[in-house]
Amino acid sequence: MTEHTSSTSIPTPASDGVSPPDDIALFTPAPGAAPLWRMVAAQAGLELRVMLRHGEQFLLTMVIPVLLLVGFSLTTVLDVGEGPRVDALTPGVLALAIMSTSFTGLAIGTGFERRYGVLKRLGATPLSRFGLLAAKTLAVLAVQGIQIAVLCAVALALGWSPALGAGTAAASLLLVLLATAAFSSLALLMAGTLRAEATLAGANLVYVLMLGLGGVLFPTSSFPGPVESAVALLPITALSSGLRTALADGSLPGLGVYAVLAVWVLVAGFLASRLFRWD
Amino acid sequence: MDTAAVEVVDLVKRYGATTAVTGLSFTARRGAVTALLGPNGAGKTSTIEVCEGFRVRDGGKVRVLGLDPVADATALKPRVGVMPQSGGVPTGARAAEWLRLLASFHSSPIEPRLLLERLGLTSVSTTPFRRLSGGQQQRLSLACAVVGRPELVFLDEPTAGLDPQARRATWDLVTSLRAAGVAVILSTHHMEEAERLADHVVVIDRGAVVAQGSPAALTEDRREVCFQAAVPVDTEALGAALPAGGRVSAAEAADGRREYVVTTDDPAGLGPEFLATVTAWCASAGLLAEDLRVRRRTLEDVFLELTGRELRD
Repeated sequence: MTEHTSSTSIPTPASDGVSPPDDIALFTPAPGAAPLWRMVAAQAGLELRVMLRHGEQFLLTMVIPVLLLVGFSLTTVLDVGEGPRVDALTPGVLALAIMSTSFTGLAIGTGFERRYGVLKRLGATPLSRFGLLAAKTLAVLAVQGIQIAVLCAVALALGWSPALGAGTAAASLLLVLLATAAFSSLALLMAGTLRAEATLAGANLVYVLMLGLGGVLFPTSSFPGPVESAVALLPITALSSGLRTALADGSLPGLGVYAVLAVWVLVAGFLASRLFRWD
Repeated sequence: MDTAAVEVVDLVKRYGATTAVTGLSFTARRGAVTALLGPNGAGKTSTIEVCEGFRVRDGGKVRVLGLDPVADATALKPRVGVMPQSGGVPTGARAAEWLRLLASFHSSPIEPRLLLERLGLTSVSTTPFRRLSGGQQQRLSLACAVVGRPELVFLDEPTAGLDPQARRATWDLVTSLRAAGVAVILSTHHMEEAERLADHVVVIDRGAVVAQGSPAALTEDRREVCFQAAVPVDTEALGAALPAGGRVSAAEAADGRREYVVTTDDPAGLGPEFLATVTAWCASAGLLAEDLRVRRRTLEDVFLELTGRELRD
């Protein structure tokens, strides 16, 4: 700062950093938003890639469910109930996998996006909040599609023989979609109201608790009566028991499990839409 | 196209009991660079975030491209580019990937590859955001602000923490934006930045405008007489001899000698009589004023004079 005498006070930027003509063409304003579907597709693609690249999340969504399925199918350390072990285990492990993506992964990812100002930044782009939620939903469903494909392939290799008919397949799909909506609403409620670190700790804690309580590895019928009735109200229990009814028993799940999931969707969805903070 | 890029009238923004912006007004022209200059905590970011629609104002009027930043947000978003002070990118997203994403939100974006090249980010295009250096993160954020070919961009401290080369690249880009007809609003606490880039400088302190105008206009009427002396000067006596509004300050010059700066608050500026008074007093004191000159003050001097505050980083 030796040039203290500012004899060149008039800003003449053009003489300073010369702007070549093609530079002018490059930056000449031409604003406009892309079509919504293109924005949503691009955002969903990015969310999906970031999720799949994320090491800890991959561990949670892929490695742990596969290990649980393989480990407890091949060993007898756990009493999983009657029938072939893999038939009893697969529905619960599928439920766990779905929860790991639509609740745990989504909560932690969104919590840190909020913390790092990503949600706020996206709020300044033409992508609407609806578009962002649609993209997140698509990415979650895509990851779950991959999880289901991998887990089913592993289970089939282990000798899984699902009692699958058109009715039970449709009933299972509906369960998965409803549970995804419930878990995602809970995830957004958590991520949009708590600090990112609290969300990280809370979402992992919930994952472990649900793994133990939610009928993932064994039916909740082994719990004492009152506990069984209480955990039956958890979304993970509704999903795992519903899937078990459909895939292991080959019968249609009762309306109760759908009702439990629907109530979670309505309550968590309402609260999330009211309480979610974008920054 | 006759409306201003940004028009802010008597803006008030409060956070609880704290009033961050207290009746701030300025107008930013289209195709021009407007700098909001002030120390940290002056209210620059609050002002910018109200204009961006991120925050709701508590009073006053704000028009962005003739529209309301909150009520007309959907119409404004494609037309306005935003560079936040930090962050805004998922830590696991790769540089080029994120820029391509933002480009895909717009109907005729700038080719991301060209922008990465232009800002020296080609070599890190597949690097996740969290592994970029601070300067690279800033430049990516800048690229994201302009990729949609906006009419107006808000750059919140675009060069904070940048090394000289990166700062240069940012300045060049701002210059090109201006040449292409884009309105640029940037906040800074670097005097040099405001002086070099801005057509219009809005000096902000404690949530209010303390002065505004072109850098030339802001410094034009503010000349000062400075000289060095081998022996200490009685600044009080010199001050007393000056016409009303005259002041004297002393500073250590580089070679250890004392440098004296004589200024005036007289709105008419510093005239020949003022200079004659100074030299006459020196003569009467038997003092040889060495390196005597009349110089235009820098924006920094003006800022310090207006706010009586040191710039804080």
